[in-house]
Amino acid sequence: MRPPIRILAWCGGLFVLLVIAMVLSVGIGPVRIHPLTITKILLNQVVVPVLGSGSRSASGAGIEFVRLFAFDVPAAHETIVLQIRLPRILLGALVGCSLAIAGAVMQGFFRNPMADPSIIGVSSGAAVGAVAAITLPFALPFGLELQTAAFIGGVGTAFLVYLIATEDGRTPVATLLLAGIAVQTFLGAVISFMLLRSGETLEEAVYWLMGHLHYASWNRVGWVAITLPPLTVLLLAYSRDLNVLLLGEEEAHNLGIEVKRTKRILLGLSSIVTSLAVAVSGVIGFVGLIVPHMMRLLVGPDHRILLPTSALAGAAFLVATDTLARSGPGEVPVGIVTAALGAPFFLFLLRRRRVYAL
Amino acid sequence: MSDQPVVEIDAVTVTLGDVTALRTVSADLEAGRLVGLIGPNGAGKTTLLRTITAAVTPDAGSVRIEGESIAGLSSRAVSRRVAVVPQDPTLSFAFDVREIVAMGRTPYTNRFGGGDRADADAVTAAMERTDVSRFADRPITDVSGGERQRVLLARAIAQDTPVLLLDEPTASLDVNHRIRTFGLVRELVADGRTVVAAIHDLGLAARFCDELLLLSDGRQIARGSPADVLTPARIEAAYGATAVVTTNPVTGTPTVTALPDRPAADGRIHVLGLGRTAVGAMYRLRVAGYEVSVGPVPAGSTLAQSASQFGCSVTTTPAFGTPPPGTLTSVETALKAADLTVLAGNVDLAGSLDLPSLLGSDAPIVCVGDYPPIAEGVHRVDTTIDDLVAAVRSEQSEADEHPGVRASD
Repeated sequence: MRPPIRILAWCGGLFVLLVIAMVLSVGIGPVRIHPLTITKILLNQVVVPVLGSGSRSASGAGIEFVRLFAFDVPAAHETIVLQIRLPRILLGALVGCSLAIAGAVMQGFFRNPMADPSIIGVSSGAAVGAVAAITLPFALPFGLELQTAAFIGGVGTAFLVYLIATEDGRTPVATLLLAGIAVQTFLGAVISFMLLRSGETLEEAVYWLMGHLHYASWNRVGWVAITLPPLTVLLLAYSRDLNVLLLGEEEAHNLGIEVKRTKRILLGLSSIVTSLAVAVSGVIGFVGLIVPHMMRLLVGPDHRILLPTSALAGAAFLVATDTLARSGPGEVPVGIVTAALGAPFFLFLLRRRRVYAL
Repeated sequence: MSDQPVVEIDAVTVTLGDVTALRTVSADLEAGRLVGLIGPNGAGKTTLLRTITAAVTPDAGSVRIEGESIAGLSSRAVSRRVAVVPQDPTLSFAFDVREIVAMGRTPYTNRFGGGDRADADAVTAAMERTDVSRFADRPITDVSGGERQRVLLARAIAQDTPVLLLDEPTASLDVNHRIRTFGLVRELVADGRTVVAAIHDLGLAARFCDELLLLSDGRQIARGSPADVLTPARIEAAYGATAVVTTNPVTGTPTVTALPDRPAADGRIHVLGLGRTAVGAMYRLRVAGYEVSVGPVPAGSTLAQSASQFGCSVTTTPAFGTPPPGTLTSVETALKAADLTVLAGNVDLAGSLDLPSLLGSDAPIVCVGDYPPIAEGVHRVDTTIDDLVAAVRSEQSEADEHPGVRASD
């Protein structure tokens, strides 16, 4: 049939765009690094497993990894590329991907173009966890670290909002939306109070709240890179259900969708994906709102193509904006850049096209 | 299997919030039948359809499809048995028509796999059948109301279910599209599907349905063939409106004409006359709300038939031969009981009656059209058929202002 070819074409194109954005981004920064050097550095990392002779290793015969290439590159450049820029860019791509796909799912789920990944309070909940970890003078119970506290705060808030909005086993979408807004407002008060009492840690907390990728590390990349792909695959598997849900819940039921279960799964998955992203990068706004919109204008409302293209475009968008954020004279949190670029672009779309139509 | 009803609705009671939407409704629906759900707004038609799809759960009673209770079935299992063409679909997003039709295959597709050839074939066949292939690649938001309705019908066909539910399938369509849609539905019924359609238009319901189920206030008023269900008494019971049921001369099926509520006009009019003019006069006076008596009219004539359908009291005479003596007496009684007499149709019927002595010389007689001269000394008012009701009203109000005049006999 036709659609798969179209999906592959769009995804292929966007993937190439993402790779280009990433390669360019590696070279850009206070120290400019030539693309050729970058290529060499990357090629130097390519290893092949060979059956070792056991001569160099105490453990005897086994598999050894041998570098294929040995280009001569400045050591400083290698450190900058491998230890600073690459993890940050990869983390940016993963976070952008998470926020955009969760945003696309939430907009479809709520049949509301103003929905974003944090619509049911995920970001606020994560922020409470993170700000508490940063500002409270005592360690959190169970020895929670910032990322874990943020993740638990996000998922926990989503669950709480779901419980509040559920009555007699039914969870009307409108109630969910309003409950989410109310809980967000309440958590906003909690955050403000903690900031007021934060003392010296205020700057760190505010910096986190603005959303940034400054503390990117291979460790964080690893966490997201392991957890995100299976979640994404699951969400993609539900793209047909999301399409049918767009027709309304009763229609979806008549077409064979187990509405209640599907809603729970979609909310759960997208809350986890968003919490993951927020936990490692803070609250980066607008990516989850703008990118799905942009892609919907380009590829249409079908989630089978909208979800994967949003994910790839979100990744490219955040890599590009983060490059901008860190290439200025002084680094600014990328959340500022996404909002500053995203909002005017959103208004432009709003005036030019019928953005309100899903 | 052929003996067993496809849909068995057994004493279903449904409450929505504080409202009892259905009260112990039962019906067995057989394969290859088009069943029309009729009844006033809020009668429970849509609720009954929603009960069959398990979108609402009955408080009491059960629905079985092909012998299986739907209460225990998953959405997927129900959607393989029942397809729905909704009344007011939310289609505000730009899916291609083909995509919308393909959504009908959702009950058969695996989450992790794409659609297979059978799915693609079912979609193509459904689009061919409903004649939507021409605009298969257009967004659903760009097609007209009639086309959209056919797209949703195509989706339901692609769903390939033994039972098809239609909620007001033609409400937003023009006359031509209504007939075409019902023609297509009849074909689906001929294939052996059981189709249940909520229909507002009683004429369409009578014309296309094998069976009607009349609901009112959540109760089942009647069920049976259109001719059995559509009687003035039942329509009054269900809709609270006086109605006239006539036979459509073209389709031969019952046609329902609702009349305004009785109290619109007060008074009793006797129509003396024959032919179309008399039928027209009778109809207009009835619609205006008057109580009407007619006679003498030949038994079996159009006028006699219409008079009984319109709920008028009628005095008939044998079509041939001399009228029996009782006829004249009965006409005289009716004339005396009436507030006004209307002479209609270019027939000198009045000649055999001594109107002045029957009615009193001042009693007005309204003559419609070019009515021939009548007895001397009668208060004659001439009018046209279109102005009849106005003329009757003005004579009535004059009589009210001068009550002494009428009473002088």
